[in-house]
Amino acid sequence: MLNVYGSEISSRLLLGTSRYPSPSILVEAVKASGTQIVTVSLRRESGGSRAGQGFWSIIRDLGVRVLPNTAGCHSVKEAVTTAHMAREVFGTSWIKLEVIGEDDTLQPDVFGLVEAARVLAADGFEVFPYTTEDLVVADKLLTAGCRVLMPWGAPIGSGRGLNNLFGLKAMRAHFPDVPMVIDAGIGVPSHAAQAMELGFDAVLLNTAVAQAVHPVKMAEAFAQAVQAGHAARLAGPMEPRDLAVPSTPVIGTAFLS
Amino acid sequence: MKILVNGASHETNAPDLAAALHDLGYGDSVVATAVNSEFVPAHSRASIRLTDGDRIEILAPMQGG
Repeated sequence: MLNVYGSEISSRLLLGTSRYPSPSILVEAVKASGTQIVTVSLRRESGGSRAGQGFWSIIRDLGVRVLPNTAGCHSVKEAVTTAHMAREVFGTSWIKLEVIGEDDTLQPDVFGLVEAARVLAADGFEVFPYTTEDLVVADKLLTAGCRVLMPWGAPIGSGRGLNNLFGLKAMRAHFPDVPMVIDAGIGVPSHAAQAMELGFDAVLLNTAVAQAVHPVKMAEAFAQAVQAGHAARLAGPMEPRDLAVPSTPVIGTAFLS
Repeated sequence: MKILVNGASHETNAPDLAAALHDLGYGDSVVATAVNSEFVPAHSRASIRLTDGDRIEILAPMQGG
């Protein structure tokens, strides 16, 4: 069981709700993934369509927890205000805190992130910060009140997997007791399995499922990969070696030459 | 007076934010509001007087990653 802010979570796959071909495929993908936590956002409601009300009705019927984000926020002020609005609408103190610093990579503005995390944690929010693998930033986020860290694997929506294995391994080793979720950049199930094998506690992804040719089948594949990776971590993977070591016993080999 | 609602200009006689939301058809909707970039909790909307040029944001649940 994964424990985040006192909540026991059995599924280690967190799923985004954006960019699916249709609402019905979103619903089926969430079910197939087995996730217990989906990410959502706040956007302007159009006066005529009331699309947001319909979307919220769909999510509520799924019976999963929601993790609202502050996607698109570029400043502390925007992120903090959005978090307050999300807390009221979604009825949760959880907030996936994004403060974007650069538009080509959607890299977090880690200075703004730490400040926003400090403000929100002091106001009772349970902050899930979307951050980099920087150890100093991670330490400051923990000091600010975060009890979960969400380092990126690669830029959002890029599907490039774990770009900085050294940095992510170092982060895992440096904060062994902090729940960590790889957030963003996951492209295929093997990336998710790799993150779990490295000892991360969960993965959060969206585009890899939503933009797959068959999103529902891909959601199921990710669920299996996350489970396999976590089981492998618990089983203790062998250390890689530079030279070959025969797996079949050498003693008793016939002399036939 | 003229106010901006989600970036679009609106003519209104609503004296406060709660009345404006009602007039705009958001009476029973799940939305969060901000006036001039400041969050206004639902329980405070009736006490927020509107003035010419106010910028109102009305946000609703939406897909997110």
